[in-house]
Amino acid sequence: MTAEPMATSDVPALRLVDVSKYFGNVIALKDVSLSVFPGQVTCVLGDNGAGKSTLIKILSGVHKASEGQMMVDGVAREFESPRQALDAGIATVYQDLATVPLMSVWRNFFLGNEPTKGFPPFRWIDRRYGKSVCRTEMAEIGIDIRDPEQPVGTLSGGERQAVAIARAVHFGAKVLILDEPTSALGVKASGVVLRYVLRARDRGIAVVFITHNPHHAFLVGDHFYLLNRGAMVQEFVRDNVTREELVKAMAGGAELEVLEHELESLR
Amino acid sequence: MGPTNSQSGTPLAATKADERLAGTSLLVRVFRRPEIGALMGALVVFVLFALVDQTPGHIFSSLTGAARWSDYASTIGIVAVPVALLMIGGEFDLSAGVMVGSSGLFGGLLITNWGWPVWPAIGAMLVFALVVGFLNGYLVMATGLPSFIVTLAMFFSLRGLNLGLTKLLTGTVRVSDVDKGAGFDSAHAVFSSEFWPPYDFKIAVVWWIAIAALATWALTRTKFGNWVFAVGGDATAARNTGVPVKRTKITLFMCTSLAAALVGVIDLTRLNGIQAGQGVGDEFQFIIAAVVGGCLLTGGYGSAIGSSIGAAIIGMAFIGIAYAGWNTDWTWLFLGIILFLAVLVNTFIGKRARGARR
Repeated sequence: MTAEPMATSDVPALRLVDVSKYFGNVIALKDVSLSVFPGQVTCVLGDNGAGKSTLIKILSGVHKASEGQMMVDGVAREFESPRQALDAGIATVYQDLATVPLMSVWRNFFLGNEPTKGFPPFRWIDRRYGKSVCRTEMAEIGIDIRDPEQPVGTLSGGERQAVAIARAVHFGAKVLILDEPTSALGVKASGVVLRYVLRARDRGIAVVFITHNPHHAFLVGDHFYLLNRGAMVQEFVRDNVTREELVKAMAGGAELEVLEHELESLR
Repeated sequence: MGPTNSQSGTPLAATKADERLAGTSLLVRVFRRPEIGALMGALVVFVLFALVDQTPGHIFSSLTGAARWSDYASTIGIVAVPVALLMIGGEFDLSAGVMVGSSGLFGGLLITNWGWPVWPAIGAMLVFALVVGFLNGYLVMATGLPSFIVTLAMFFSLRGLNLGLTKLLTGTVRVSDVDKGAGFDSAHAVFSSEFWPPYDFKIAVVWWIAIAALATWALTRTKFGNWVFAVGGDATAARNTGVPVKRTKITLFMCTSLAAALVGVIDLTRLNGIQAGQGVGDEFQFIIAAVVGGCLLTGGYGSAIGSSIGAAIIGMAFIGIAYAGWNTDWTWLFLGIILFLAVLVNTFIGKRARGARR
């Protein structure tokens, strides 16, 4: 460790210790350790093929680690399914796979957690409650849903991510894992999401922000991990790193210089 | 923590209305409904056949006419409603038509060949349908093959079984004399009697309306309905949010099969028997009704009321063409054109109203 991270709590909400993952003879992750603290944004940076997806799938319960340990609030846990991870308060928002475009905003918001009233088997959805909660929660994060009946597909990409994030927060996520939340978005839409990342952090949620964009990571991150070819290669805390260092580390320093020379000769 | 982490950005747009959003007018809200194309189509078809009606006293636009076309529409609509739900859930069932025959033959043989009383035989038909529906759904989920292929295979298998077993057991291609079974009269009263003389509406119309109402409630007001839209709209997103995708889809296949068996019961009690080929070809009428009613072929969108209106259009077309004195062969051409026009209306008007593009 380069430095002890400044933590609002000393116990990491989520911690990986020497986690490895093999698919047959392919080593997807090797001895990866990281700690995610409540009220902090932990960024995992990595290029394509660095192992980000595998890491997300282990954190969210899709895959089990081949070796190593996962601790939730200091207790060793092993998840059999995404549902179990969700029940333990670990919510994952996947890029583009988080909402159903043809369904209305409020129905998406409550999907899988529909508020109902009435007696079984005649239970029905409490639509008035659903719409008003959805509107309030979205206003809370700065998105004015004029019409909760509006299909999610008509929202902008950033707003759509925000719906998925707001949903995770509303349903009690303690750890929020964001898979490339800004990679498909323009500057403004990214702003919407990044602001919301900070609001989630201010609520005391441990945010894991997985991205290949060091600029976005630098804007919100407290703690940065650099993943390359399946291993954690570098680790920074916010106070000890500049944006330029982060960009350079991400771009692979020496590799970038080689590329620069090569492109220079082609011009 | 860094200085940029403090309340970044300006107070957001929550307080002021977004100037880029035009108001949602009542008209847009109406056109946003999936059944709008079908409703407009139904009005046009009704007026058309009321005008070309050649019968003395213009029977088509009278209650007697309504009793006739609603009779035809009811046996389509009873299955078209769950077929619509299944399509919203992103799957097809091409075996729904032949299931009418299979369940009818199964029940008929139980009654005539093995001497079962009528009511237990009806119970067995419904259980048989649930098993076939489960098999459809389970095979689609377990193999990951398109439901189009799996249920097409089921369609041909059942069609072969219908003919083969019926010939083997009865020596003909028909099961008859079901009315000799014990309890036939009460079953006839429940499934194929008539009401409201002198127009004589069929009781099947009541079943149709009840099923459409139940399906509409389930689809728009319950958890299950929410899941149906979700699994058809984006199965991966649904799974990620904790929706039981497989269970939802298998339930939909079972409902479709069950509804087909109900029509099998209605046919069996109405005709006192059933042909081995009964129901074959109806699967496309169910799908036409659902698509005319606003269901997207890609899933995630549609309505139960819409598919009922679609069934009504088919009923009006069959009866209207007969009353107009035209050869009924033209019905299929007419249905083809209606299908195309309704889908055009649904696609363009619906898309605009949903706001996907202007």
